[in-house]
Amino acid sequence: MAYTPQMIESIRLVEASRERRYTEKHPRLSAAEKQDLLRRFHPDFRPDTMRPVKVGPSRGSMMPHELVDVLEARSRLDPDTFPLDKIDYDVDVLVVGGGGAGSSAAFMAQAAGANVLQVTKLRLGDANTMMAQGGIQAADKPNDSPMIHYLDVIGGGGFVNKPDLVRALVHDAPLVIRWLEDLGCMFDKDPDGTMVTQHGGGTSRKRMHAARDYSGAEIMRTLRDEVRNREIPVIEFSPAVELLSDGEGRCTGAVLMNLETREFFVVRAKTVILATGGFGRLHVAGFPTTNHYGATADGLVMAYRMGANLIFLDATQFHPTGAAYPEQILGLLITEKVRGLGAQLVNVRGEQFVYPLETRDAVSSAILRECHERGTGVITETGQHGVWLDSPMIEHIHGDGTIQRALPAMFRQYKRFGIDMRKEPVLVYPTLHYQNGGVEISDDTSTCVENLFVAGETSGGVHGRNRLMGNSLLDVVVFGRRAGMAAAERARSVKPGRLTLEHVRRYHEELDEAGIGRERVSPMILPPYARRETKPGANPVVP
Amino acid sequence: MAQEMVRVFIMGKAYEVPKGLTIMKAMEYAGYQFVRGCGCRGGFCGACGTVYRMPGDYRIKVGLACQTIVEDGMYLAQIPVFPAHKATYDIEEMRPTLADLLKAYPELSRCLGCNTCTKVCPQELDVMNYMAAAMRGDIARTADMSFDCLMCGLCAVRCPAETVQYNIAILARRLYARHIAPRAQHLATRVQEILDGKFDQALDEMTRLERAELERLYNERDIEPE
Repeated sequence: MAYTPQMIESIRLVEASRERRYTEKHPRLSAAEKQDLLRRFHPDFRPDTMRPVKVGPSRGSMMPHELVDVLEARSRLDPDTFPLDKIDYDVDVLVVGGGGAGSSAAFMAQAAGANVLQVTKLRLGDANTMMAQGGIQAADKPNDSPMIHYLDVIGGGGFVNKPDLVRALVHDAPLVIRWLEDLGCMFDKDPDGTMVTQHGGGTSRKRMHAARDYSGAEIMRTLRDEVRNREIPVIEFSPAVELLSDGEGRCTGAVLMNLETREFFVVRAKTVILATGGFGRLHVAGFPTTNHYGATADGLVMAYRMGANLIFLDATQFHPTGAAYPEQILGLLITEKVRGLGAQLVNVRGEQFVYPLETRDAVSSAILRECHERGTGVITETGQHGVWLDSPMIEHIHGDGTIQRALPAMFRQYKRFGIDMRKEPVLVYPTLHYQNGGVEISDDTSTCVENLFVAGETSGGVHGRNRLMGNSLLDVVVFGRRAGMAAAERARSVKPGRLTLEHVRRYHEELDEAGIGRERVSPMILPPYARRETKPGANPVVP
Repeated sequence: MAQEMVRVFIMGKAYEVPKGLTIMKAMEYAGYQFVRGCGCRGGFCGACGTVYRMPGDYRIKVGLACQTIVEDGMYLAQIPVFPAHKATYDIEEMRPTLADLLKAYPELSRCLGCNTCTKVCPQELDVMNYMAAAMRGDIARTADMSFDCLMCGLCAVRCPAETVQYNIAILARRLYARHIAPRAQHLATRVQEILDGKFDQALDEMTRLERAELERLYNERDIEPE
């Protein structure tokens, strides 16, 4: 699976310019240049990728077609006939989601004395948190401060982030790093205990904490281990498919579906925390994605039917460095840490065309410009475009062995396909990475729906229109913890409510009034990847 | 150009699938909709542990379905869940010693040193030797050597001594990070400052700044050299 002769020809040019590039600093974009680049190349500005949603509280807002399709769809449950008289689980706090936010929330809610049930679509820990490689930001070095972190977050987000959420994020950041350190999360440290920290795109201080390039996995497996140690009840393979309301706008529970038996279960809860992740697997604008199998926007759909506001969903983050070759790993993430360690982006001629640590939206746009306007990208045998990420520069700068030590996951990934990233550059192209927006929340993760809390990628506002690297692992832990505490606290003063699907009935009426057909059903739950055009008799074959 | 196909046996049924696909994409090509046995699809979560055999070879091989390319004649089945022993413990109370490891996982001492775990690890970790380090009470070494573990569970599935290597490994890593690695002093200092409310006023002021002022501060901010 090594490179084709044509690609090797281009690699020679990359090698030829490496020594020169070692000292060459590509100029950073000015504010005006960046704005122009985004407007011309970023998919958020392409008119054919979005339409306004016709129903619900955020009616008229522009969102990607793929998201509008699941919002303008009917429930799996018939609100007039679905039986709600038998309660299968009766708890204080229901946590929906088994990733970093859900697990942090379940931990804190239980620690606050609540009777907690955590449910998840796949296994506990099956989430984008597990896949985050690069790191987690926190202003904990003497030359840094929460205020400097604040400025980076809000500048990266286009100055439209919700200030109270940014404040909470940067304020709690060192607290959650300390919490994770206490839990035995193995951060990269110097021998004296000092955290090893790097730059990420858009940071003005080196505040990226990492656990090699398994940062998210290390955080997730630690949290998962602790959820199990604390014997928090978890039901796997049982996603929520609808929220329940008391008929007066308060959230009172949810309906789960056992994915194996297809049975439904009714949960009555005093408060509900949605931490179901983002929409990557909807493949917005047709892009490949880095996301987990379960990232199908289920939480957005359920919260929206309950009346929650959705914000900034017209802003999708494309990670500039998704794998473009080989075909088998198309779209998989090449962590930003590769650039953080000094790898540059270069075109087919071996020339730099963008400062490698601009914000992700700008770097993605620069790659799209290189491939589709200037025609200086590399084209693979399957017609996939890409540019080189010159990984050998890392060892040129930091010495032999750096890649295996700092990027073992990445090194292993490419080695499986016969590519040695220590010696050869890797081909990259933007990939759908993150849902910048989501359900509007306050800094305690409460929403405009009483007793409904939302944390992590499902929520929106903290990152504005563009999240910085290392702020999503931070987001899930900061707001997961806040959600757990706030939902447990609220549950103390809430009486269990009536269980109805009134809100779903009303939403269905709205869909009918808007003239939307009845064929689409959501949440999606699992992306439809199984090939269905198999002709009868063709498969399985008779051996 | 006609697509080159290979024949694979998915849980006993034969299917023709395009050459070059991963086991995961090949199963989807064959019409499977995964519920279990599929997670991150990127080699990080360990959900898709797969055992297979090639024709004419008695040896059982393993791999992650999302990372392993199908081969002609491959005979495969997934192991989506394994009823492994997981101890519960209070990491705060525990000590990073062999005695405490054994208290949580007494089966650790049953290791036969057969090296089967190392041979099956899809991450190519030296599992037997991190277990050997654990048996010596060298928790730092176990933590370091097992760091890239995805907890897919294939080692435990094959272990004749019925030990659960990956659960012992995460305990070792947590003990190392909690009790052996020095604490970050700069972090402790910053945490105290935050708890003392040192930044509250300045942060409150930032939340009230107008956009133009924020833009000015952002564009003028100094950037730490690399």
